[in-house]
Amino acid sequence: MAHRTRLTFLLNDREIALDAVGASDTLLDFLRLDRRLTGTKEGCAEGDCGACTVLVGRLGPQGLVYESVNACIRFLASVDRCHVVTIEHLRGADGGLHPVQQAMVDFHGAQCGFCTPGIVMSLYALWMATPKPSTADVETALQGNLCRCTGYAPIIRAAQNWGGGQSADPLAAERDSVIASLTAMGSDRVELAKNGERVILPASADDLAEVLVAEPKATVIAGATDVGLWVTKHLRPISPAVFIGHLNDLKGIEEVDGALRIGAGVTYTEAEGAILVRWPHLAAYWNRIGGWQVRNAGTIGGNVANGSPIGDTPPVLIALDARVVLRKGTTRRSLPLQEYFIAYGKQDRAPGEFVERIDIPLPAAGQVHAAYKISKRRDEDISTVAMGIRLTLDDGKITKARIVLGGMAGVPKRASTVEAALIGQPLTEDALVAAAARLGEDVQPLSDWRGSAEYRMIVARNLLRRFALEQTGTLEEVGA
Amino acid sequence: MSIKGGVHQDLIHDSAAKHVSGRAEYTDDILEPVGTLHAYLGFSTVAHGRITSIDLSAVRAAPGVVEVITADDLPGENDVSANGMHDEPLFATDEVLFWGQPLFAVVAETRDAARRAAALAEVSYDTLPHATDIAASRAAGAPLVTPPLTLKRGAVKPAMAAAPHRIKGQMEIGGQDHFYLEGQLSLAIPGEDEDVRIFCSTQHPTEVQHVVAHALGVPAHSVTVTVRRMGGGFGGKETQMNAFAVIAAVAAKRLNRPVKLRLDRDDDMSSTGKRHDFLAEYEVGFDDEGRILAVDGDFFARCGFCSDLSGPVTDRALFHADNAYFYPDVELRSHPLMTHTVSNTAFRGFGGPQGLIVAERIVEEIAYHLGRDALEVRRANFYGPGRDLTPYHQQVTDNIMAEVVDELVATSNYAARRQAVLDWNAKGGIIRKGIALTPVKFGISFTATWFNQAGALVHVYSDGSIQVNHGGTEMGQGLHTKVAQVVAEAFQVDIDRVKITATTTDKVPNTSATAASSGTDLNGMAALNACEAIKARLAAWAADKAGLPAEAVVFGTEGVSVGDKVTDWAKFIGAAYMDRVQLSATGFYKTPEIHWNRDTGQGRPFYYFAYGASVSEVSVDTLTGEYRVERTDILHDVGKSLNPAIDLGQVEGAFVQGMGWLTTEELWWDDKGRLRTHAPSTYKIPVASDIPREFNVKLASWSENREPTIKRSKAVGEPPFMLAVSVLEALNMAVASLDGYANCPKLDTPATPERVLMACEALRSAPAPAKVLEIGE
Repeated sequence: MAHRTRLTFLLNDREIALDAVGASDTLLDFLRLDRRLTGTKEGCAEGDCGACTVLVGRLGPQGLVYESVNACIRFLASVDRCHVVTIEHLRGADGGLHPVQQAMVDFHGAQCGFCTPGIVMSLYALWMATPKPSTADVETALQGNLCRCTGYAPIIRAAQNWGGGQSADPLAAERDSVIASLTAMGSDRVELAKNGERVILPASADDLAEVLVAEPKATVIAGATDVGLWVTKHLRPISPAVFIGHLNDLKGIEEVDGALRIGAGVTYTEAEGAILVRWPHLAAYWNRIGGWQVRNAGTIGGNVANGSPIGDTPPVLIALDARVVLRKGTTRRSLPLQEYFIAYGKQDRAPGEFVERIDIPLPAAGQVHAAYKISKRRDEDISTVAMGIRLTLDDGKITKARIVLGGMAGVPKRASTVEAALIGQPLTEDALVAAAARLGEDVQPLSDWRGSAEYRMIVARNLLRRFALEQTGTLEEVGA
Repeated sequence: MSIKGGVHQDLIHDSAAKHVSGRAEYTDDILEPVGTLHAYLGFSTVAHGRITSIDLSAVRAAPGVVEVITADDLPGENDVSANGMHDEPLFATDEVLFWGQPLFAVVAETRDAARRAAALAEVSYDTLPHATDIAASRAAGAPLVTPPLTLKRGAVKPAMAAAPHRIKGQMEIGGQDHFYLEGQLSLAIPGEDEDVRIFCSTQHPTEVQHVVAHALGVPAHSVTVTVRRMGGGFGGKETQMNAFAVIAAVAAKRLNRPVKLRLDRDDDMSSTGKRHDFLAEYEVGFDDEGRILAVDGDFFARCGFCSDLSGPVTDRALFHADNAYFYPDVELRSHPLMTHTVSNTAFRGFGGPQGLIVAERIVEEIAYHLGRDALEVRRANFYGPGRDLTPYHQQVTDNIMAEVVDELVATSNYAARRQAVLDWNAKGGIIRKGIALTPVKFGISFTATWFNQAGALVHVYSDGSIQVNHGGTEMGQGLHTKVAQVVAEAFQVDIDRVKITATTTDKVPNTSATAASSGTDLNGMAALNACEAIKARLAAWAADKAGLPAEAVVFGTEGVSVGDKVTDWAKFIGAAYMDRVQLSATGFYKTPEIHWNRDTGQGRPFYYFAYGASVSEVSVDTLTGEYRVERTDILHDVGKSLNPAIDLGQVEGAFVQGMGWLTTEELWWDDKGRLRTHAPSTYKIPVASDIPREFNVKLASWSENREPTIKRSKAVGEPPFMLAVSVLEALNMAVASLDGYANCPKLDTPATPERVLMACEALRSAPAPAKVLEIGE
């Protein structure tokens, strides 16, 4: 197959072409060390502090879309055919400070200034999409940006008082030429190498299938929000690396045969609309997956594929009876997502096989749902306990129950004893509390820095009670 | 008409436009000289043990490695302690005292190569028993890293015995990682002779200079340390940068190439000190009105493996264990415990918060015991005339605490809101609320009296532009902006004429750390002193030329007037230059009045006090322990503010940082003595959505420092950090509502959702309201 051996992308106002790119080269190091674009900072090198936030524009199914991402865990190879925009590119229509920057100055939004470029870039992404943001909008945009000086209040004030001019923004003005440049870069397979490391960017899902048959030990990378840390923190080799985040044919979201099919390359952000319109109970939960940058990069497919017991989506997807479709070559198999997770660190995925999509059965009459995430900090934290619930009721009695826990075992775990105890019961506080008392028969959680075993167990039981209170309308709202 | 950018004006940070456009240069952004190498460290992987063998051959053989440096390769002493106690080896050589202790350094062509090489060391240990926390350290005989302190006044034993009520209690207070966004780093560039120039992210360039000189075995004059700005410090760069600067400098001199050392975040958090955790054991005696009669307290601190700043930190905990309250008879004892953890260090408040929070817990306990609003107990115990002597025998003379609190009670509508909270909780639902008002009184000055000095260097160039240098460092607090305002005001020129340059030891020597909230107090005064010297020369020259007395020369907004004649500033300076007037001066300042005798525990360690108060209201989900701060109102005293916008930013930021300390920021060591919350993925500082849903912050605009500080302002860096105590106390109240406020839930900190839920569970499972701690009835 014809392929290119050169990485091509746009960086601010320049076209970049690189012949030597390694699997573990990060975008941040390229910016800071190779290009000396030092406005983008390294704060944590694990995608949690946002000091390295840049925008990446990509030609996807919806055309050219810019999203804020963490450059520290974004692999350089993955920006092929993208427009990378750093703080150095940001300016007002008149060449002076951009309205976002001006507001940050006017409202004293920077103190030490180190987090500031990243915050400005996150706010810039918000500014483009939401000219008049609510406080909640700003907080969501800043979920992945830590500031240790200001206490955020002046930054929120800045975002609520910034100037407009979106249509005159330089990024809007150069949009057509960017699209033309990116399109001209061609969508052939890309193969790169440096110092013995190899990188492959397949041309399509079919091409990916071929590549993985030939390279069954390759590291498959979508959003890199997990694999990025293998490199930056554990210094692990990931070559050969096969990138899939650019494959538009893995970005499908469609209803087929009573299920919503979500391609493995769909990010949390891209899936959000389709998920929430069908399962509105996931709204608050979805907003608590990672931070904004992580949701822009991370994929549901990756969250499933990596088999983590603390991934946010598996508990709620298993509660919804989702299935995972795995593909090897031209062979596909579908299995209940629950069965994909065999044990801690062990998944039902053969060498050369990859997660192609997730199928979620559509909601049906009689179902009630809930999803809970408990963590030390509300936003951008890993679950201490996660829980997905789907009960089916008939004539006031529970006929089916799916209760799935995250963070309580080595895999996302069904609470089968509790589920069984609920069958035939009404959806009442008493019934849920009685069933919850048997949770210890289903899971024996561990103690770690996120919470003690005792806390996890009490919280999980209490969440079942909370679910009953919510369903029976007896739980008061916070802040009421 | 007034000048642009004088004192008492809202002025943006001098680097604001650079901050928002990525043009502000931090140490890692400095263009590296050709040939720059990168150092990295090898760290220990046991909490306590003897090194039985250390094989670095794989490290040496790794790609890109240029050099490996061990303790044997150090030209001077293997010690980076700044306090002269020689208890802080740069590299562990025989005994390892904490997990993450540096063992060696590797220097390579790239940082990545150095990091990868460092991981290849083969080290084996005979592990020894470790004591990573306070309880284990006490069980192991409570070894101390530095001499303890006792503060006492009166006779606590008989006063306690005679008190109508007595309560004994204890409180665990967690530590805190600084989480400066810019991690530790240094770049060392070798020069001729013994010279080395170091760019370092540090609050204390002079100390870096001394420690590097010591390690190289050269005089201080050979070492120059420069910092333009830090990406946050908060105390974490007062001493903790020393080791990294030394390694860069030693490697640079050894290889005669520039060497940079920048830590990865996880290694930074594992191998640098934090806020001290404390365990306080207290007994308080009080009367029926809640008036405190006697307080007896022990303050145990997790200090880590060496002394570092633990002496003055634990001292300051005792200095603030009274907060704003008069203790008629009192005895307070510090116990700076050695533990097998990284050596804890300075962090905003410097032990003060850990002392102050105990005073607030004592007040709370009294209030629950008597069934009163804690605010009444607070007011009954404030310092006031005749009740104005602290446990360290300094008289409190300004006594504006009650005034601050009264105003805040009114503006926050405290009484009605408290009643609404009580009414809400009376409904008995799942969501409970709490509200609390807590005060802050914080002593300003280094308790090491000699640190209360500062220098400045002011140049007026012949075009009328002004360059200012001083000993303080900029870490985001706006110090340079404030000092520039002082200079602009002194010369009555627009601030655009004033440029503040990087802090560097070859311009202003023998500086103190930018710490203890003292930056502006000290350096602003020193800069003013230099300006006044230049102005005096200019006035003498101009008056002499005009045949007028010096008083006839006035520096005004339109220019300099000499008698009736007004001359534009630049022209005036140009003329002075042509007439050979010296246009450069050094300035100096030392804080007057203060003295402190640690042996007797008596003196006036603080020049003055800063005050503030906050009201916080919270909602708690008693099924999960999750909570929200619904509203916080703050009134804070910064004297006559030099820059209200910057001061407001300090207050808001400090409050949120304090909230993090008391809520979600948890340091967690596993049973092997390894810190497991060593990155932002596991260590959770506040994000935007954590701040109070309604956040009303005001400065006490009527306040003026009674002492002649710089323009009658007050220090602002640390005091507002402790305003966050109102959040903890509000959480306590929400939990306490579960059993009708019969018990003080006594949340330890950080009050994570887990601790809050467990406190709820404890009250829910309690058989009946019981006052088990009451022993005086």
